[in-house]
Amino acid sequence: MKINGEDVAGFCGTVWDYLEQHKYQVERVAVEYNGEILQWAQYQSVILQPDDVLEIVSFVGGG
Amino acid sequence: MSCYQDKAVAIAGLGGLGSNIAVMLARSGVGKLLLVDYDRVEHSNLNRQYYLPCHVGRLKAEALAEQLLQINPALQLTVRVEKITVGNAAELFAQWPLVCEALDDAAAKAMLINTLLTDKKKIIVSGSGMAGLGSANAIYTARKMARLYVCGDEHSDMGQENMWAPRVQICAGHQANMVLRLLAGWQEP
Repeated sequence: MKINGEDVAGFCGTVWDYLEQHKYQVERVAVEYNGEILQWAQYQSVILQPDDVLEIVSFVGGG
Repeated sequence: MSCYQDKAVAIAGLGGLGSNIAVMLARSGVGKLLLVDYDRVEHSNLNRQYYLPCHVGRLKAEALAEQLLQINPALQLTVRVEKITVGNAAELFAQWPLVCEALDDAAAKAMLINTLLTDKKKIIVSGSGMAGLGSANAIYTARKMARLYVCGDEHSDMGQENMWAPRVQICAGHQANMVLRLLAGWQEP
């Protein structure tokens, strides 16, 4: 699978698992999953597959 | 007469990013702007936001609207004095395909993007990472998703560093420039 433009091999789990493992603050992220925005409620049900393309944007405060 | 006079842009949040983006778009001749903010001007905002001491205590949306109309009297403004929530975001921006995200809270930014990008006609230009006095060169524009551009360094958080005018305005400039590029038909950041 491809995550943020990098090839990732050997990851097994949901989007939620990936975010947790990589210490993302879930309430601060937006995730594009195969070209579609994924809602927070879907993070725990989507299991990542080898040809998935994921883009994770993590926001910081300030405006 | 500007080539942008029939163009419309929504601005979510009128702090350091939003107020400066609005001014740049008004000066560029963008004809229609939606301004959304529920907050009032405070003294602590004056170091970086487009307000003056005489505006302290007033609604940011109103104080900014007055200044924008001085810049361009022909500007068509829609002003909504509301806190943007998961419940009202889709309705607030329903008629506005191009949205500048200029909120200050990181979770609110994520909420707005998650909510609005479900609408397949929306394009969002967001700001993330402009606190502190780090290098101005660290701030960039990136196309992170098909319909999401992020401007900033994606790292420096107002929780850890103070907010200063230069990097806030640089980030606002990136957002305003990306908006003008999109309106001109260019999708590359």
